[in-house]
Amino acid sequence: MTDVATSPHSRDWATEFDHTKDDYAAAAPEIWDELRSSCPVAHSDAHGGVWLPTRHADVSAVANDTDRFSSEGVIVNVWKPAGIAPVGYAPPITSDPPFHADARRILLPAFAPKQVARWEDATRATCNELIDEILESEPGPEDPVDAATRYAQHIPVRVIAEMLGLPREDGDRFRTFIHRILEKPGQQHATDPEDTLVHYLSTVIAARRREPARDDLIGFLLDAELEGEPLTDEHIFGSIALLLIAGIDTTWSAIGSSLWHLALHPEHRDRLRNDPDVEPFAIEELLRFYAPVTMARIVAEGVDDAEVGGCPVKSRDWVLLPFPAANRDPEAFERADEFVIDRQRNRHLAFGLGIHRCLGSNLARMELRVAVTEWLRRIPDFELADPDPSSVRWSTGQVRGPRELPVKILRTAVPDEEARQ
Amino acid sequence: MKVTVDGELCQGHGRCYGLAPDLFDSDDEGYAVVLCPGGEVPAGSEGHAQLAADNCPEFAITIEV
Repeated sequence: MTDVATSPHSRDWATEFDHTKDDYAAAAPEIWDELRSSCPVAHSDAHGGVWLPTRHADVSAVANDTDRFSSEGVIVNVWKPAGIAPVGYAPPITSDPPFHADARRILLPAFAPKQVARWEDATRATCNELIDEILESEPGPEDPVDAATRYAQHIPVRVIAEMLGLPREDGDRFRTFIHRILEKPGQQHATDPEDTLVHYLSTVIAARRREPARDDLIGFLLDAELEGEPLTDEHIFGSIALLLIAGIDTTWSAIGSSLWHLALHPEHRDRLRNDPDVEPFAIEELLRFYAPVTMARIVAEGVDDAEVGGCPVKSRDWVLLPFPAANRDPEAFERADEFVIDRQRNRHLAFGLGIHRCLGSNLARMELRVAVTEWLRRIPDFELADPDPSSVRWSTGQVRGPRELPVKILRTAVPDEEARQ
Repeated sequence: MKVTVDGELCQGHGRCYGLAPDLFDSDDEGYAVVLCPGGEVPAGSEGHAQLAADNCPEFAITIEV
């Protein structure tokens, strides 16, 4: 605890952290490193009380113990879901065994690698449209271009909207809905009841039930069966809500963090552009180092023997699972605090672990790879507009990434017509 | 060299068939399947087998030499 007490931070991170505050978001990797060596399982009274393990072994143990740690709640909030296990409000992410496996199996085929490959060309086209728009505005060497708001944030929105069969132009509304849920959980917003995710999706599902069947993800869900029965409206609503929430903000964050890293590291830009063999390793190292997602669990109702890293925890306590903190644990990774672009042993947990492994990981990985490589192909050299890396604002809550990323474009490359066809 | 995937441990991260498509493939749900008959790794692919084992987040891949 002494390291924490003598640190220059304004809070005692071991007892006063709040993952929804800017100070935590700005310095999260340093906070995790500090806690791992001083107080590896932190606890805060924020949000009604929450535990924060930072060691790989402890995060893994909780993720794999689905008997004691329920997914009934996955976003830490003063309002704690109760009595809705094993289904939860957004199956399968909020589901526990035995219900979980069937709910997950419904969705898995749509996100297997060969299905995801269907969307790669559309993703590449989206990336190039966005880069065209940026370059057509002819930014001078001193004009900052926001790579987060003009590039990264649009890519997953457009891809997931297309997969769901929803209009692309609704993307900005999805982001607003998601921001309300993820970044400031529990806060009341003065919103028009018609401008909510519930209303939006209820309207879409009702309309789609009246229309002829279509070959997209919503069509797939309307057609799916669970134990011989069609899915309930609540199940369909929850699944679509999950795909929007889990598919958009997370991927935007990973793309933004990766571009932030590359803006600061010309040697890594060159390596990625010039050494095709390094690409798969570099993408996984970006995922390890900048894993955007922290999950959460609730200690299951009636469990009286649960512990996290040796700390006894009580039934109904919240536990955060910071996968990015686990990814930087020196007990699990050699040179854990270094970005090793060709890392050969990389069992990172960016997509979680166990039965809740990110359902969309193949999609997210494809989007990240295409977004990074297309940007570098067209814009080989760029740097942060403000050379101080701390000038970039990182999102708060359980998904971490840069929300503004002003860069200066130092060099552009002529589009390779062959590669775009 | 022989390679096996523990189907109880595999959660479909897809790291093995991403890194070693000569040895592993995905089933319709994204879980890993070993392509080589009997798990016998062909000569020259030992490095790929090791890479797949070293990158599985679930420690689901075992190599016997």
